[in-house]
Amino acid sequence: MSAKEDTVDTAGMNYLDSPMRKAVVVYLPLAIFVFVLLFPFYWMAITAFKPNNELLSRDGNPFWVMAPTLDHVRKLLFDTSYPQWMWNTVLVSVVATFFSLAASVFAAYAIERLRFSGAKQVGLAIFLAYLVPPSILFIPLASVVFQLGLFDTRLALILTYPTFLIPFCTWLLMGYFRSIPFELEECALIDGATRWQILVKIILPLAVPGLISAGIFAFTLSWNEFIYALTFVSSSEIKTLPVGVVTELVEGDVYHWGSLMAGALFGSLPVAFIYSFFVEYYVSGMTGSVKE
Amino acid sequence: MLERLQNSRNALGLLFLLPAAVLLLLFLTYPLGLGIWLGFTDAKIGRPGEWIGLENYSFIAQDAVTQLALFNTLFYTVVASIFKFLLGLWLAVLLNKNIRFKTFFRAVILLPYIVPTALSAIAFWWIYDAQFSIISWVLMKMGLIHQYIDFLGVPWNARISVIVANIWRGVPFVAITLLAGLQTISPSYYEASAIDGATPWQQFRHVTLPLLTPIIAVVMTFSVLFTFTDFQLIYVITRGGPLNATHLMATLSFQRAISGGALGEGAAISIAMVPFLLAAIMFSYFGLQRRAWQQGGADK
Repeated sequence: MSAKEDTVDTAGMNYLDSPMRKAVVVYLPLAIFVFVLLFPFYWMAITAFKPNNELLSRDGNPFWVMAPTLDHVRKLLFDTSYPQWMWNTVLVSVVATFFSLAASVFAAYAIERLRFSGAKQVGLAIFLAYLVPPSILFIPLASVVFQLGLFDTRLALILTYPTFLIPFCTWLLMGYFRSIPFELEECALIDGATRWQILVKIILPLAVPGLISAGIFAFTLSWNEFIYALTFVSSSEIKTLPVGVVTELVEGDVYHWGSLMAGALFGSLPVAFIYSFFVEYYVSGMTGSVKE
Repeated sequence: MLERLQNSRNALGLLFLLPAAVLLLLFLTYPLGLGIWLGFTDAKIGRPGEWIGLENYSFIAQDAVTQLALFNTLFYTVVASIFKFLLGLWLAVLLNKNIRFKTFFRAVILLPYIVPTALSAIAFWWIYDAQFSIISWVLMKMGLIHQYIDFLGVPWNARISVIVANIWRGVPFVAITLLAGLQTISPSYYEASAIDGATPWQQFRHVTLPLLTPIIAVVMTFSVLFTFTDFQLIYVITRGGPLNATHLMATLSFQRAISGGALGEGAAISIAMVPFLLAAIMFSYFGLQRRAWQQGGADK
């Protein structure tokens, strides 16, 4: 008995008592991971503020800016449609997220709680819909968008983004609704509450964390969306930010790296900012939806 | 009474499903069918197609560029998925250790996954620039190379470069999800195996891996699915070049259908992805699930 305890103790002690070992086995690899994962962002930021002569020089220290300049940012804001793209992206993302979330709440409640006949099959269909990749759908979807007369409109994006947002949000919310005890609903039903009242007054308040994570997800997914926005929109003033930066800031053979990186940086900041406030919801939503 | 309740439930269920169902049927199910139909037509942009049977498919089956794109897609998916898995698992294990600033690390590590891929791909494009690449600069200063590397101008360099960018973007997702799986493993297993004298490697091999297999199956299925159908990274960094060396099925179908106007042919290329996609999903999901079952783990 005591021998066994000894081994456990020493094993545990070894683990704690060798900070050197831990530094090499844990912190060093972790530091390399963090460095590699964050370096492109650092590089984006530093390039955005570097004057052209520093950018295109192979001497000196490229990892720092000697004479920071706002020229690239100024060019981006005043000589391109960048602010317009930003506005389009915000508009499309917010509206698509809002409608997807609303539709998903009803769908998830119906599947998870109303238990109508066929609820299971509908739930499965929703999950399969999530697995349909946009890169298979965009060609026929382009012709649907065209037939509906929506080509080159923001509405085209607002209506097509829910195809990947609704399945995801519904799936995520189903998990949250499942965790709310049935008894609460039964009590309310006995007291004469309608389904609508139950949904609005009991289920939704309890599912707020789920709504937040679904909302953040839907927003970042819309913000990131590329292939639909590239295919369904062609006028500069309708483009979303990722598409605008990729298709319009790259002119011929001369790359304006400073402005390109500034565009990439400022296009990344809003999602990174929102994400940083809701990390916990995001992570729990992400892991929860996969574990389901 | 019961029947009336049942009825109203069904009616209410349908009513609640209506908004989601209408959107999904109109913009997902119908296009999916339309895509299959388009693949059998010679539709061009602005001109509805005529039924031409399997002509598109027999054309793409013999088309050297499509064959190359298929090879690239498979290579891209296999190599990137393996590295994403290994690095993601390693990172998850590191984050699961008793370390300081855990929340900070966890938050920071997800950033590549949050930020729009098209925008981070532009950063990679600049990092891989033939004349001013920072990687070449560092390697030159260290004396490891004597001239700047042409990352995106040479077929194999370009393939590896885009795969690296894909791994960079995908590792956080794998790592964070596996971390969540690791945290559900009860410490008592580790204590028990330590009492029995298991080495850390044996613990990892016989405790961590079997218990983690179900979640690995799910994560890798998603990872394979998204890697196989990737579009953005390639479109932004190489547009399929040099010499179609990095064209994936998705970028090729875009090029043929949207840039080239041959909707039918493009649709056929993207529909041709489906069997491979299903096979890849089956392999990563059922393959891993079965292993879990054989090892006697994963009662779910």
